[in-house]
Amino acid sequence: MTAWLDALLQGIMLGGLYALFAAGLSLIFGIMRLVNLAHGDLIVLAAFVVLVVTTALGLDPFLAALLAAPLLFAFGYALQFILLNRTLGRDILPPLLVTFGLSIIVQNGLLEAFSADSRRLRAGSIETESLSLGGGLAVGVMPLLTLASAVLAILALNFLFYRTSLGRAFRATSDDPETAQLMGIDNKRIFALAMGVAMTVVAVAALYLGMRANFDPTIGPARLIYAFEAVIIGGLGSLWGTLAGGIIIGLAQTIGARIDPEWQILAGHVAFLIVLVLRPRGLFPRAVD
Amino acid sequence: MLETRGLTAFYGDFQALYGIDAALAQGETVAIIGANGAGKSTFLKAVTGLLPSPPGAVRLDGAPIGGLAPARITRLGISLVPEGRRLFPSLSVEENLLIGGYGRAPGGYWNLERVYALFPALAERRRAPGPSLSGGQQQMAAIGRALMANPRILLCDEISLGLAPIVIRDIYNAVPAIKAQGTSILLVEQDIVQAMAVADRVYCFQEGRVSLAGRPSELTREQIHAAYFGA
Repeated sequence: MTAWLDALLQGIMLGGLYALFAAGLSLIFGIMRLVNLAHGDLIVLAAFVVLVVTTALGLDPFLAALLAAPLLFAFGYALQFILLNRTLGRDILPPLLVTFGLSIIVQNGLLEAFSADSRRLRAGSIETESLSLGGGLAVGVMPLLTLASAVLAILALNFLFYRTSLGRAFRATSDDPETAQLMGIDNKRIFALAMGVAMTVVAVAALYLGMRANFDPTIGPARLIYAFEAVIIGGLGSLWGTLAGGIIIGLAQTIGARIDPEWQILAGHVAFLIVLVLRPRGLFPRAVD
Repeated sequence: MLETRGLTAFYGDFQALYGIDAALAQGETVAIIGANGAGKSTFLKAVTGLLPSPPGAVRLDGAPIGGLAPARITRLGISLVPEGRRLFPSLSVEENLLIGGYGRAPGGYWNLERVYALFPALAERRRAPGPSLSGGQQQMAAIGRALMANPRILLCDEISLGLAPIVIRDIYNAVPAIKAQGTSILLVEQDIVQAMAVADRVYCFQEGRVSLAGRPSELTREQIHAAYFGA
């Protein structure tokens, strides 16, 4: 019994990590209908940026991520403004092709710069600390922090979306880009700001990715798949749905692993397929699409 | 203030406007009438930058504005109430109004309070999503949204389309209050009677050309009929 409860708890917390992977993807799709196939590689790129800041300045990974976040925001802004804005239009193919190419470039660039060795962000004793819940149950401080960060990130994004003037501009541009321009909104800048915000969330995702396990330049595409599944389970464009989607995949993986360790990854994909069959538009689809 | 000289516009290979010369002076209300497909809405799209126009064909205070992005043109003080209202469906009524003043310093005459005073029906529905409003209320919200930018020039595309006569009257009752702020108004209308009643001058479009121009009092029924339908 305890073992199953433990699997449930671990699954929910692992879901926090997947939700962090997915939040940026969800945000970008929600605002500009851009499917960013390089999203997983951008998470890995961000993890290397945090790693470089950690080693160069001798900082704790949390502080390093704090420093890396504005850099990544600027990178996202420039990437969208200079490159990705040119791919947006009626045709959905150009953004897919360009972000697919970008994915290859990022992976190979990282291989050149950092080799294929796997790396890790070292956070010290906090990595192994845990809180006892009684009855033989315990949760790791790190997984708990991951989930808390995911919830905080989504709260912050919801605040930005629904309580600020920039958020209104994001939603208006998402609804009707042509009319948004008539409001004096420069769509290209709005999209660039959105990618900047997404890359800031990616910095947080990268921090926990790098502290949880080893990473190397080739693991991006698998992170993209988890992120995709979380976004689609949750319903395209819904941030709380994305968190729910992440948690469902996390739960499926840990429960699958409890049954048989070989089933871990498969169970997550099966859960995704089941949701896709039963609720093709996801659990929390947006009213307007 | 706003002037077009030889304005042409194309949808792909199809030419929709053939050299339109028109002008709108400070504080003036001008109506553009014409049948479906005469090029009225196209004219507004070309002025607001949604459709490309030849360099120098559209001028604001003598300076060419053709080729500027729609967002830039809006910020120069030209606001469009688009055909079909086009409220943002995921924004509430109040958010739709607020987005109209996006990125502008507060301080102009029009603000939420004054828009609600102009259209009290909106104040009651301020939290409602845009699409849940009646057609007339949506039109009021679209006009209010454009006013929130405190424009020098208000362009209105078919604001009476699909509305009941009593609702149209309510909406046109707001025109004097808008004019009182010195705002110039350019109305595109199929409803000739309504347009003639509020306009200082009228242009009639036919097949992408100006077929008639003048003051409503100086134009005869026959002239308008001929210019409208092409007799």
